[in-house]
Amino acid sequence: MSIKMKAVLETEKNMMRDTYCRVLVELAKRDENIVAMDADLMSSSGMKPFMQAFPDRFINCGIAEANMVGVAAGLSAMGFVPFAHTFGTFATRRVCDQVFMSAAYAKLNVRIVGTDPGVCAAYNGGTHMPLEDMAVLRAIPEMILIEPTDSVMLENLLPQIAKQYGVYYIRLNRKNAVGVYEAGSTFQIGKGALLRDGADVTLFASGIMVAEALEAAKLLEEQDVSTRVVNLFTWKPVDTELIMESAKKTGAVITCENHNVVGGLGSAVAETLVKACPVPVEMIGVQDEFGEVGPEDYLRGRFCLNAVDIAAAALRAVKRKG
Amino acid sequence: MSKQNLPLRAAELRLETLRVFEARGFGHVGGAMSVVETLAVLYNSVMRVRPEEPGWPERDRLVCSKGHAGPTVYAALAARGFFDKELLKTLNRPGTTLPSHCDMNKTPGVDMTTGSLGQGVSTAIGLAMGQKLRGQDARTYLIVGDGECNEGQVWEGLMLAAHRKLDNLIVFCDNNGQQLDGYIKNVLDTGDLADKFRAFGFFTQSINGHDTKAIENAIEAAHKEGAASHRPSMIVLDTKKGCGCTFAEDQEFNHHIAFTPEQMGEALAAAQKKLEEVSA
Repeated sequence: MSIKMKAVLETEKNMMRDTYCRVLVELAKRDENIVAMDADLMSSSGMKPFMQAFPDRFINCGIAEANMVGVAAGLSAMGFVPFAHTFGTFATRRVCDQVFMSAAYAKLNVRIVGTDPGVCAAYNGGTHMPLEDMAVLRAIPEMILIEPTDSVMLENLLPQIAKQYGVYYIRLNRKNAVGVYEAGSTFQIGKGALLRDGADVTLFASGIMVAEALEAAKLLEEQDVSTRVVNLFTWKPVDTELIMESAKKTGAVITCENHNVVGGLGSAVAETLVKACPVPVEMIGVQDEFGEVGPEDYLRGRFCLNAVDIAAAALRAVKRKG
Repeated sequence: MSKQNLPLRAAELRLETLRVFEARGFGHVGGAMSVVETLAVLYNSVMRVRPEEPGWPERDRLVCSKGHAGPTVYAALAARGFFDKELLKTLNRPGTTLPSHCDMNKTPGVDMTTGSLGQGVSTAIGLAMGQKLRGQDARTYLIVGDGECNEGQVWEGLMLAAHRKLDNLIVFCDNNGQQLDGYIKNVLDTGDLADKFRAFGFFTQSINGHDTKAIENAIEAAHKEGAASHRPSMIVLDTKKGCGCTFAEDQEFNHHIAFTPEQMGEALAAAQKKLEEVSA
């Protein structure tokens, strides 16, 4: 892992889905086993160039997600490496049993890609807002759950994901992410990325919350709170070593997720800490509520997912230290 | 197609399947008995497999989507030489390689893990699609239950199979008229399944599912039709749940049943007698 952060955080020019498609086409040129699947959302996933490049290796299953996951499992039993996409809601809670039995229990080799995580579902509203996708799949043994932060990370992770064996869920923001990493940065699945060191509190963040956590660290610095920031992009297997090291060093922990705090990143971190290093933990995320419709910035405010919310939680956690 | 004495192979398989259940005292007897003839035909005269090399990449594949018929699959695999018959006695014992429902990671020769109903349809389609993408002339054989057709996933899959012209997919629907809670017509009536399969674009044949000759002929016709029209095939097997098992046949609730040693003794004797009649 070799990380270089951008000096200034700005919204990227390219959409994440364009990076996803471009990299998958490149990988598919080198590996004839890669196939892509969709459930009538190819236009949303931006995979038309893949279909044009490899018409035989693109399978649109229609609006039938359960079947798509099963077909992906069958293809993988023939040695293919399927990347099956739909919205995060349908890619997880709708097909939970298919991911469980046909893919994971059967020990097959499948990648499920769920787009529009949490409040990024914005105008599609509460019905389409996956706030439980990671929680649903986190309870399945041996699953690997990843939320790429920006297009640089996505580009680096996809070849690893294509090459390794197992059942992967990729929680993908298909829109323009805030660029956090300089081109050429490399990442290791299962290992968190230390973005900033500090002595008083650690912020563990994922997805759109990474930029917010970095902003919160600046706000905290103004109040003389020295803040460590870690990007935990792999939710399972979670980086227990880095979680423990950070908790021991800073004595207080904030988790930041664009997801329900029940069963998600906060739970994963707390499950680790409670066993051996029970420091104060505050969880930023949706507090066990349903999502709702609206622009993303409205929803971030509505569910307290902004830098100011993180900074306030950090101050509470620091105060709770014994 | 075959020089094998298939009625005899089927009679042996029924007897052997009953023996698989014998030591446990309970099991999914009903649905295991109704697919005996189909599995006897598939493993003795149709499927290209290599018992000495279960993972042979170019083999024909079987997905028993009604995974609770595992005991019949296991007896058929043992008879074909995939593993020692002694193993059959270990069904559902702690640490066994022969669980209630089929598991591709535990049992040599099992091509897909099944048990949660409906899912085998999709995984079989993935296998058939994969065989075509690899340029193989291999086929995938899939067994679904009629009760299983309550599951929406079955129909999602059938739609895709016909749309993708999977002429290497041969499906058997075990039309025994019963599901766990009783007769299908009372629980959730599936109506005329053959009509539905036809409407979904399948070359559909309805036959006596306990007649090995009829099964063999239907498979041959399915292969020919696949080559001609590129349609996937459906063979509706009219069967009896619990067929040939004296304590299970003609019972309304025979999906998963317990039996006494005396009942099993009687069933084994009847199956043995049938076997002797066929071999005479």
